[in-house]
Amino acid sequence: MEGEQWSQQKPEEADDALAESASAGGTEQAADGDEEKPAGGVLAIALMVSMLGLQFLKRLVTKPAMEKRRPAIAAQPCPCEEAKQTAPTTPELESETLEIDTDAEVARRRKWGTPLVLLAFAVGMAGGVGFMFLYWTGSGNRLLGGTLALCLGGFGAVLVLYAQWMMRRELVVAPREQMPSSGDEREGALQVYSSGVRDVQRRSLLKWMGAGAGAIFAAITFSLLRSLARVHPAEALFTTVWKRGERLMTTGGKALTVDSLHVGSSMIVFPETSIGSEQTQTVLIRVDPRLLQLPKDRSNWAPMGYVAYSRVCTHAGCAVGMFEAHSNLLLCPCHQSTFDVLRGAVPTGGPAARPLPQLPLYVDKNGNLCAQGGFSSPPGPGFTGMPS
Amino acid sequence: MIKAVGGWLDTRLGLAKFARKAMDHVFPDHWSFLFGEIALYAFVILVITGAYLAMFFNGSSAQIVYHGSYHALDGVKMTAAYRSALLLSFDVPAGLLVRQMHHWAALIFLVAILAHAARIFFTGAYRRPREINWLIGLTLLVLAIVNGYLGYSIIGDLLSGVGLRIGYAIALSVPVIGPWLTYTVLGGNIPSASTIPRFYSFHIFLVPALIAALLALHLAIIWRQTHTNFPGPRRTDRTIVGSRLYPTYAAKSVALFFLVAAVVAMLGGLVQIDPIWTYGPFNPIAVIPGAQPDWYLGWIEGAMRLFPGINLHFGRWLIVPEVFFPAVLMPALLFLLLYAYPFLERLFLPADKAHNVLVLPYEQPFNSAFGSAVLMFLLVLLVAGADDVVAVATGASVVTIRFLLRILVFAAPAATAALVYAICVAMRRRRAVSQVLEPLEITPSQTVERQP
Repeated sequence: MEGEQWSQQKPEEADDALAESASAGGTEQAADGDEEKPAGGVLAIALMVSMLGLQFLKRLVTKPAMEKRRPAIAAQPCPCEEAKQTAPTTPELESETLEIDTDAEVARRRKWGTPLVLLAFAVGMAGGVGFMFLYWTGSGNRLLGGTLALCLGGFGAVLVLYAQWMMRRELVVAPREQMPSSGDEREGALQVYSSGVRDVQRRSLLKWMGAGAGAIFAAITFSLLRSLARVHPAEALFTTVWKRGERLMTTGGKALTVDSLHVGSSMIVFPETSIGSEQTQTVLIRVDPRLLQLPKDRSNWAPMGYVAYSRVCTHAGCAVGMFEAHSNLLLCPCHQSTFDVLRGAVPTGGPAARPLPQLPLYVDKNGNLCAQGGFSSPPGPGFTGMPS
Repeated sequence: MIKAVGGWLDTRLGLAKFARKAMDHVFPDHWSFLFGEIALYAFVILVITGAYLAMFFNGSSAQIVYHGSYHALDGVKMTAAYRSALLLSFDVPAGLLVRQMHHWAALIFLVAILAHAARIFFTGAYRRPREINWLIGLTLLVLAIVNGYLGYSIIGDLLSGVGLRIGYAIALSVPVIGPWLTYTVLGGNIPSASTIPRFYSFHIFLVPALIAALLALHLAIIWRQTHTNFPGPRRTDRTIVGSRLYPTYAAKSVALFFLVAAVVAMLGGLVQIDPIWTYGPFNPIAVIPGAQPDWYLGWIEGAMRLFPGINLHFGRWLIVPEVFFPAVLMPALLFLLLYAYPFLERLFLPADKAHNVLVLPYEQPFNSAFGSAVLMFLLVLLVAGADDVVAVATGASVVTIRFLLRILVFAAPAATAALVYAICVAMRRRRAVSQVLEPLEITPSQTVERQP
């Protein structure tokens, strides 16, 4: 009875096994097509999906063949009996081997398997030889990748075909070792532990010494970690090079005058000593002074409609690289925060919560644009303790 | 030969006892069990290709001028790291192939981990006795994401620089310890001279060593506990059905390694990924519109875009910056929930016994609904991470797209959960009805299950 049930189950099992390796083999074909990087994730998921698809196809293709074989096995009185004779299992493992294949089937498959295996091997070798040739003749990436894939895929196919066509397929039932130990074993372990503890003299002394050693190691680790911060955060986060009298310079190192910009245009500026630096980068914009709505205490920060703001986004620190003249908005391209240039660069959209720090300006006696002092608050993304 | 070598080893290690047991170790045959193996082999490929790349890559922030066969960047000042990445891409034979294989293998590693985790979750394989492996597996996912980020951050092109800058802002946003944490890890403000060398050492040593150690533990535990089985004849909590390790399963598994490697080689050769020469070296004042991280970080990027500008103040002092909520708190809570899931579930399920036979997704509607909702949540966030690209593609404004996504990020998971729950319940009922109506048609599984 049991054997009969098994024989009905088997074709499905064999199907699964077949399909499993087929699905792995099929992934190669799905690799073609996509060319762009952002599609990488999609492509990889497509790989998985196509594996499933191929496994389904394979199932469709192989099913009739398996069904033909079914009566042949079912006709046998009990295949597991025979299996025990051909592949005896040791009594202590108590596992049961349930052969799927008769010797005739194995022989029949071998006839077809041999040429298939040889074909796959030839593909693999050809790919390998091709790779070597292309490598030493200095060929490009695509051909190298293609031939390497042929080589690896060919050898992979050899093993799949071997497992499917040249090996006896089987199904095994084995007992699982149950994880929990028996009550006696647990008791025994606990007893050994307790008696070991009892044998140790002055246990509290040992505990205190252990705590002391732990504390000193923690302190050492902390000291070592402290050296990893090469700069004190407070120094770096709160200071910029901008100070009173610092002239606004272009990236090319030219000082800017009151005539440098037209209304509605913008420019990246730096203090003279740190041109090109991350933290001090500033955007200078000239707007119509009549439109400005700066806070009262900033009324003299924008001579002739020149306003200057930190160019480091207060949200995630990207360079706020775009200025829209018609709406007077600064836009950060990373997360699309917008800042109103006319109103002290307060955020008007996107995820930013704090305005861009403003650089107070004045015009010196030579007509150069200069900073009155540092930014209105520390530039860059937020941190605990940042004044605003 | 085997007899001689085996005998020599057995005399010293008593190997025969273990080998006998190991070769008879039973592995279930089901395609969904391959995801974990694919992840394992992707990791092996990552180590092999990574070791080769390390022969050429120079993890240094020193500024030098590039002179090489890529003429568009000739004479440009850049980090030694970026220069060596360009050299290995253009002047080392097959260097570009290996670099692209490395990147593709990383993506496949992460997809496979995710698929594996989903299979584990939706079939209830995380339950007793396998909770420890669930925790280790989630940790491996986190480490894989971290190492992916480190990997593309060390190249030193503009794209990686933007990613580094956003990472800096995220680390800085952690309340109270943020500034010290950031400066301890990065050495100083971005771009600090210490950042690339440290990230390189994390990327090729610290994190891979952790991954390898946890992977070994993961495999040792599953070897000890043996795999789960899908429900079927003779498959009970006390038995395992499948094929033995030697020879069939071993042949198939080695075949899978070759096939995964073949796919990676094909992708690495034919499908361009991360063309590092496009944007040139990192420049603090330059910007790239429409830039996205690799997909496995896209969901955090999306959350950063959707989260409104809300932060916590104390007087005029900032306490919790706005970036903290979507980029640190949300992922932390999500992973905490996933870590705790097997234990939270115990509060609502009665019996605590070993689960070795898997539960089909429709037989546990709540579980399936929760899992699909989480996946849908991540999917919406992933789309949000490219909302500017979506806006350009659809012609709608970013503001509109973002408004819709802010609704969808809650509505879509809720709807998915409801739908999946309803489908599962319906399927379960239909199956129950069909079992009542066809009592005479006894399937093999039913008879076998009644056996003691």
